[in-house]
Amino acid sequence: MSNLENLFNKFEQAASSPAGQLAAYKAQGKKAIGVLPYYAPEELVYAAGMVPFGMWGSNKKTISRAKEYCATFYCTIAQLAVEMLLDGTMDGLSGVITPTICDTLRPMSQNIRVSMSDKMPVIFLAHPQNRFDENGLRFTISQYTNIRKKLEEIAGHPITDDDIREAIKVYNACHVEQRRFVKLAGEHPEAVSAVKRSAVLKAGWFTLKDEYTKMLKELNDELEALPKVEWPGTKVVVSGIIFDNPALLQIFDDYQIAIVADDVAHESRTFKTDIPDDADPMMALARQFANRDHDVLLYDPASAKNRRAEYVAQLVKDSGADGLVLFMQQFCDPEEMEYPYLKKELDAQNIPHIKLGIDQQMRDFGQARTALQAFADVLAIG
Amino acid sequence: MAKEVSPGVKALRQVVEDVYAEAREAKKRGEPVGWSSSKFPCELAEAFGLHVVYPENQAAGIAANRDGEVMCQAAEDLAYDNDICGYARISLAYAAGKRAAKKLDPETLEVMINPETEKPYTELVDINEIWAMPEGEEKEKRLAAIKPYRQMQMPMPDFVLCCNNICNCMTKWYENIARMHNIPLVMIDIPYNNTVEVDDTYVAYIRGQFDKAIHQLEEISGKKFDEKKFEEACANANRTAQAWLKVCDYLQYKPAPMSGFDLFNHMADVVTARGRVAAAEAFELLATELEENVKTGKSTLPFPEDYRIMFEGIPCWPKLPALFRPLKKNGINVTAVVYAPAFGFVYNGLDEMVRAYCKAPNSVCLEQGVDWREGICRDNKVDGVLVHYNRSCKPWSGYMAEMQRRFTADLGIPCAGFDGDQADPRNFNEAQYETRVQGLVEAMEAARLAKEA
Ligand code: SF4
Ligand code: SF4
Repeated sequence: MSNLENLFNKFEQAASSPAGQLAAYKAQGKKAIGVLPYYAPEELVYAAGMVPFGMWGSNKKTISRAKEYCATFYCTIAQLAVEMLLDGTMDGLSGVITPTICDTLRPMSQNIRVSMSDKMPVIFLAHPQNRFDENGLRFTISQYTNIRKKLEEIAGHPITDDDIREAIKVYNACHVEQRRFVKLAGEHPEAVSAVKRSAVLKAGWFTLKDEYTKMLKELNDELEALPKVEWPGTKVVVSGIIFDNPALLQIFDDYQIAIVADDVAHESRTFKTDIPDDADPMMALARQFANRDHDVLLYDPASAKNRRAEYVAQLVKDSGADGLVLFMQQFCDPEEMEYPYLKKELDAQNIPHIKLGIDQQMRDFGQARTALQAFADVLAIG
Repeated sequence: MAKEVSPGVKALRQVVEDVYAEAREAKKRGEPVGWSSSKFPCELAEAFGLHVVYPENQAAGIAANRDGEVMCQAAEDLAYDNDICGYARISLAYAAGKRAAKKLDPETLEVMINPETEKPYTELVDINEIWAMPEGEEKEKRLAAIKPYRQMQMPMPDFVLCCNNICNCMTKWYENIARMHNIPLVMIDIPYNNTVEVDDTYVAYIRGQFDKAIHQLEEISGKKFDEKKFEEACANANRTAQAWLKVCDYLQYKPAPMSGFDLFNHMADVVTARGRVAAAEAFELLATELEENVKTGKSTLPFPEDYRIMFEGIPCWPKLPALFRPLKKNGINVTAVVYAPAFGFVYNGLDEMVRAYCKAPNSVCLEQGVDWREGICRDNKVDGVLVHYNRSCKPWSGYMAEMQRRFTADLGIPCAGFDGDQADPRNFNEAQYETRVQGLVEAMEAARLAKEA
């Protein structure tokens, strides 16, 4: 097996078995903290010497016990997070952080706190929307300080400023490799299938960032050394909250649709913003949040303009994509709310796109297959 | 026969009529008109004498006037998903220029009457297209065909005031409006709260935003911030809140001197006019009428009160008669709604005002939500709870299952839930609703018998 294959296997293993990852870290004597979307300061978990564990639902579970808490009209990401906490899948966690930036996560934070009260500490997080000026930054810092304290209690030791500085370094180094990987994957779709691309990025949510960065750098170096090849298929940018189901991704590979960039919350939206330099590491983290932009979940003070849509359209152009595939999570009102203006901009710039509704309980992708095949045909002609 | 309307209720209706009428007049004079979310600190806009109307109240009215579906559909045609809150959909369709109108015959331009209902058919029109028509008879007729009720005649916005304390859906909804009209947006962000106490860090953050908002409003209005006017508005808001609470408290009497469902209608005043003296006065007048009712043993409830319940959530506005029918049949009065404590906030000074605005429905933690509801359930002596799982309102419905369990555990009363929607009639199933009400009645009856035995 080539080194490349070897590396891909490692990522695929981590991505497909979060439970295995969790057990392995536990065996090393490490504690792990569940981190729900979006934009929790994972760096603090790392700084505490614990493993941040991304919780973005699951493609293998069905909603059953979560029904005790949620009506049906909530996204599967949130419902399955609750499910995995209730059914014991996440019992190995020593705590969980619950951000509340959307209307689904608000009440879910309460359901999780209530239902986990005997099992593990639940750490609450409310981000500010007016996050830019001193006032907003101070509020972010107060929220993050609260998280820091709770993490210190769980870890059983203080988190020093230097610990956070070190974590920031590790995370920024990771962002560099993540962005490099997204670019290289776009340049080498012959080597990085859509299925593999997803596995590589997903593994980052269940792997300590220093280890992960090392693996990713090795992979990137290998990819960089590959000879340039002409891609016979089409190229797209993908947008949405998450698209990580291998069966769905396989369709991209079957029709030679290469992913050359993404505007996906589970992927690039997370790592496109670096943590800036600041003497105060908590301020650095707050500034990173303030700098997050072009996001369906975050307030844009220049809302009279259509900045987010322009950004996404530009991403399509800059990456040399032929079009955009939008995966709309069912019941995700933040994404749905921004779709009309995204569509408007894409249409105005003659960028073809399709919108495909998905959720994590979907097992049959027949419709998506037909739609993607037809879309690939349109792109090939265009 | 039309229901008799008391002077207090008439006054309350007039206050809301005036808010809309004055906004229309202001617009004609070329003054800026704002659209505001329901729990934006209205005291700020009042301090500048700015005219403000309220899309949520508008959407409720449109839905109650049976135009919710056509407006929701219009939003969907603009690519807004049918999953989005019905109020937001109606408002976005309206902001984009869509209007419900009496259908005109394309040839004669006469109103077309549905022979079955003997009422005009409804059609969707675009106000921007009508405005763009050359002056003349057709334009006039088309403008006149737009439904005359006030919510379909709301002036377009020159600025928007967004406070996301009630939900984060607001944030993007108002951004969309700002984009459609290329107008300024004033954003007061109130992050979700996890504790009953409002932390000082919240107060500091929100006060800081007030300063910024005041600065923006100075630019919008072209006026300086008037401290005295602001204090007046605060005093009015407090007086309205007190009068509102007083009215709500009459539901503690057994039997109640009013139909608790009326409170949902009076919410319009609390939302659109709480900073006005007229709203306070109208509620005070209503309170005196209720006092009289208590003395004389009268009630506005059109049937004898047998059971008393809390109705949890926003009503399904397009389906009010269907909602009411099984309640009437079973002698059920709604004597508790969470809007009473949630909008009856009285404060003293700026910091307390900030804390008050942190406590909106959907911005408070589970415990605070439970506490509000159990408080009114106890005070207003309810026998059961009917929970609306409102397809439109994710933040509200998202912890109702746990709340239901607590109501039963803490109060020992039965609860029943039903699926519905505040604005989109397509999401309400009348048969299911009736069954659930029936189930609740049976459980309340059993509890009553057990108590008697
Ligand atoms: S998918 Fe959408 S609704 Fe669900 S948690 Fe994410 S942002 Fe919220
Ligand atoms: S989501 Fe709920 S709180 Fe927000 S506007 Fe809709 S009904 Fe109101």
